[in-house]
Amino acid sequence: METIDVTPMVETPARRRFQMGMRTSNLLGMIVVNAILLFGIFLTAAPYFYMIVSTFKPNTEIWSWPLTFYPKSLVDPTLYPDKVTNVLGLNLYLENYRYLFAELPYVRWMINSLVLATGRSVLAIFLSSLAGFAFAKYDFRFKHVGFLLVLVSIMLPLEVLLVPLFIEMATLKWLNTYWAIIVPFAVVPFYIFLMRQFMIQVPNELMDAARIDGCTEFGIFWRVVAPVSKPAFGVLAILAFNAAWNDYLWPLIVLQDKMLYTVNLGIAVLYGPYQTPFGSILAGSFLGTLPIVAVFLLMQRQFIAGLTAGALKGL
Amino acid sequence: MAVQAQVKPVRWGEWWYRRQRQIAPYVFVAPFFILFAAFFLYPVIYSFLLSFQEQTGLSSPKWVGLQNYQTLLQDERFLRSIWNTTYFALGSVFIQLPLAYLLALAFNSRYARHLTHLYRVGFFFPVLTSAVVISLIFVLVLDKDYGMLNAALQSIGLPAIPWLSSTRWAMPAVIILGVWTWTGFNAFYFLAGLQGISDEVIEAAMMDGANAVQIQTRIVIPLMRPIIMFVVIQSIIGSYSLFTQPFLLTNGGPSDATLTMVMYLYFTGFRFFKLGYASAIGYSLVVIILALSLINLYFFRGFRED
Repeated sequence: METIDVTPMVETPARRRFQMGMRTSNLLGMIVVNAILLFGIFLTAAPYFYMIVSTFKPNTEIWSWPLTFYPKSLVDPTLYPDKVTNVLGLNLYLENYRYLFAELPYVRWMINSLVLATGRSVLAIFLSSLAGFAFAKYDFRFKHVGFLLVLVSIMLPLEVLLVPLFIEMATLKWLNTYWAIIVPFAVVPFYIFLMRQFMIQVPNELMDAARIDGCTEFGIFWRVVAPVSKPAFGVLAILAFNAAWNDYLWPLIVLQDKMLYTVNLGIAVLYGPYQTPFGSILAGSFLGTLPIVAVFLLMQRQFIAGLTAGALKGL
Repeated sequence: MAVQAQVKPVRWGEWWYRRQRQIAPYVFVAPFFILFAAFFLYPVIYSFLLSFQEQTGLSSPKWVGLQNYQTLLQDERFLRSIWNTTYFALGSVFIQLPLAYLLALAFNSRYARHLTHLYRVGFFFPVLTSAVVISLIFVLVLDKDYGMLNAALQSIGLPAIPWLSSTRWAMPAVIILGVWTWTGFNAFYFLAGLQGISDEVIEAAMMDGANAVQIQTRIVIPLMRPIIMFVVIQSIIGSYSLFTQPFLLTNGGPSDATLTMVMYLYFTGFRFFKLGYASAIGYSLVVIILALSLINLYFFRGFRED
């Protein structure tokens, strides 16, 4: 049988050299590049792995030499006979986790974090994308000044406002309340910017069609523009939830009541100068990371799509 | 539009239909402007006035003019904190970003496409982890006697380093933490840039006999310059708000070796309650960051044109 080459090539020495080079470098390149990347992944993953393993060790074992990459109780359950529990055939030292739930208000911290992070990110995403939509698709007075304000406030990190914001919270009597955490961050200029960049690409014809059908302006946002901007919402969902969940400095300043602490604040305060149930702190850190992982895995596809489809390209 | 004028909206009166179209954008941006005024503009102005006053705790404020700023210039701890923060910023720019660039090149090569998913999630992960958790992990990693890093150093015959307890190594330790956290994330920025460069340009150069190094230095890097500048400036600005990591790892010590500007602001304002002085520190930080941001804004513009 004859194969037909549909792309007739002019054989030049340069082109032949080029193609030969491509072929021989293929395997070598594959090995080298993936080895480098896998090594990078190893360096990233190893500390996490060690953290998780350490949550199943008593403190004396965490701070011991040489390092072990598995808890000793796995092999020898007689080491801590009253503390080791058999879970699915593994002998696990669960004292760190027991301490977390029995001696500390960890569940309460978790609930606080969930309420605060969800409230804050849902509000921030909704209000910021609405503003971003207006900046992208309408002409109104103060639009340009407004957008300049957005850009300027992206540049300034909130850290510089700590003192006056704290005094403002004190004046409003919002210290030690959820309000202080949610309200000041209910709109985030950077999200406005990202949303505007994304929504500016949505064709106006789409909006006009909806208008002809009698859709209100908010309806256009909600039913037409928002659904086609899903990838951008994916990016915002991850960024916003992540920022809210992982915030530390601001809660540290405005929350004093231990029962209002977030997970991060709780474990950070535990790690103090007076030594410390370090295994439990690590266990708390590990469990406190899981909601982020859940949101990331849930939104991940949208997120990557959003990054490549233009949210970051617009930067 | 002619068509639009003829069509009668179904549920709303003609008048209201027109009205809401004009009002809508103002309603949409209203939350932003209100919150911006209340929690950004007002504190910015208030803080500015406060920086010219002496106020300790809840005592009544006293106007002292430029005295806070004059004191700052002679405050050794403050100057130390500026230097430390700059040290960290330089560390991230010169270690983290070259690594991120190489990572992005590896990422972008056609060899990496089989495991793209793993790499993307893997390298992104540290940015998702809270600074608190990362700091606590690094308490484990950087410990002098029982830490992983020293274990690795000793296994290749190097001496153990007292990372967190020596003035010399504390800041490098924080920089290592920074590299670990943000290299992958910055690689994503570079990757976005690299993917914007068309294959034809590079293939043409290859056929002309250019080698990999020449392609990088003569074609790719010049094309990537705006992105590189953007990432550099973003990293520097980000570095100036460093707080949590050194706060938890070393509490600013030993002997102020890792005291950052935000940490000094925090100590002054919330440990010693010198609110006026803390505001002056805040404004010094604003001046530094604003200067950097103006350059940044320039690059934002540069990006928007294409």
